[in-house]
Amino acid sequence: MSPELVRFDLVPLAILGGVGTYVARALPMLVPGIDRLPPLVLEYLRLIGPAVLGAIAAAAVFVVHNASGTTLRVGPEAVAVIAGMAFGRWRNSLLLGMAASVMVVLALRATIAG
Amino acid sequence: MELAPARRRLALDSIGIWALAIVIGTIFGFTARQAGLSLVEAAAFSAILFAGAAQFASVGLLSQGVPWPSIVALVWLLNARHFLYSASVAPNTARLSRRLRAALAFFLTDEAFALTTAHITRIGRIDVAGAWYAGFSIFVPWNVATLVGWLAGAALPDPATFGLDVVFASSMAGLAIGLVRDRAALIALLVGSASAVAAALLIDPSAAALAGGLVGPIAGIAATRRPR
Repeated sequence: MSPELVRFDLVPLAILGGVGTYVARALPMLVPGIDRLPPLVLEYLRLIGPAVLGAIAAAAVFVVHNASGTTLRVGPEAVAVIAGMAFGRWRNSLLLGMAASVMVVLALRATIAG
Repeated sequence: MELAPARRRLALDSIGIWALAIVIGTIFGFTARQAGLSLVEAAAFSAILFAGAAQFASVGLLSQGVPWPSIVALVWLLNARHFLYSASVAPNTARLSRRLRAALAFFLTDEAFALTTAHITRIGRIDVAGAWYAGFSIFVPWNVATLVGWLAGAALPDPATFGLDVVFASSMAGLAIGLVRDRAALIALLVGSASAVAAALLIDPSAAALAGGLVGPIAGIAATRRPR
C-alpha cells in the first residue's frame, strides 16, 4: 500500500527535533559568553562532529541489519567509502570523494559479479 | 580577496553542495516514503528539522518502532555539533541585528557552515548575501529533492544500481574527515566509528550514532590531554 500524501502525525516530531537543532545553531550567535564555557566542554563539543559523522558512516557500511540479525560486514561499500574519503581529503573536495566512492563501489561490484 | 571574486568562488564551491543535496535529498524522500511517512511529514522533516543525518536517523528509528523521546534525544545529540559551528561564526555576526542572526542560524548545516566559513576567511568578514546564498544552497535543493524523491518513489531505480547507495555514507565520512584538524579529532573519529560499530553489534543499530558521539570525543580528549 502506498503511503498517504497528507498525514500530519509525525510533524510534531519534526518540530521537536527542529527546536533542539535550532537552539544548537542559534544559541552561540544570540547569547554572549560562549567563550566563557570551560575549555574541556568546548573541546568535547568540537569533537562531537567528527565522532558522530564517522559513527554514522561506519555503522552504515560495516553493519548489516536484517531479519536474521545484525552482523559485521566488510564489503565493497566499506572499501568504496574509505577510498572516497581518502581521495576527497587529498583533493580537498567532498564532491570528488563522493564520486570516487561511487566509481569504486561500481567497479568492485562488477569485478565480484564477473 | 575582493568581494566579487570571492562570491564567484562561493558559487563554484556550492555546485558540489547542490549536487549532494539533490542526490541525498532525493534518497531521503524515497527512504521516508519507504518508511511510511506521508509527503507532508517527509517535507516537514526537511523544512523544519533540516538536518540530513538526523533526518535519516529519525526515519530509521521510526521504522524500528523506537519511541519519540529517544528519537528526539538522538536528533539533539546528533546536531549538538552545530553549537560549535554557531560559536565559530558568532564573532563575525556580532554586529548584525539579532533578528538577522536568528534567521541565518536556522540555515547553519554542515554544508552551509563549510561554505560560509570559507567565504568569511577569503574576505575577512561576514557577507550577509553570501551567508544567505550558502544557506539556500542546501535548503532549496534539499527540500525540492525530498519532494521529488517521495513523489518519484517506486519509479526510482534502486540506488545501488548506480552505486548511489554509498553516497550518504560517503558524504558523512567526507564531512567527518574534513573536520579533522588535529590528533584529537582523528582519534574521536576513529574511536567514535569503532564504538558505533560495536554498539550496533552488541546493543542495537539505533545505538550506533549515540555511542560514537558520546565515546569518540572522550577518547579524543583523553588521548591528547597533557598530564599535569
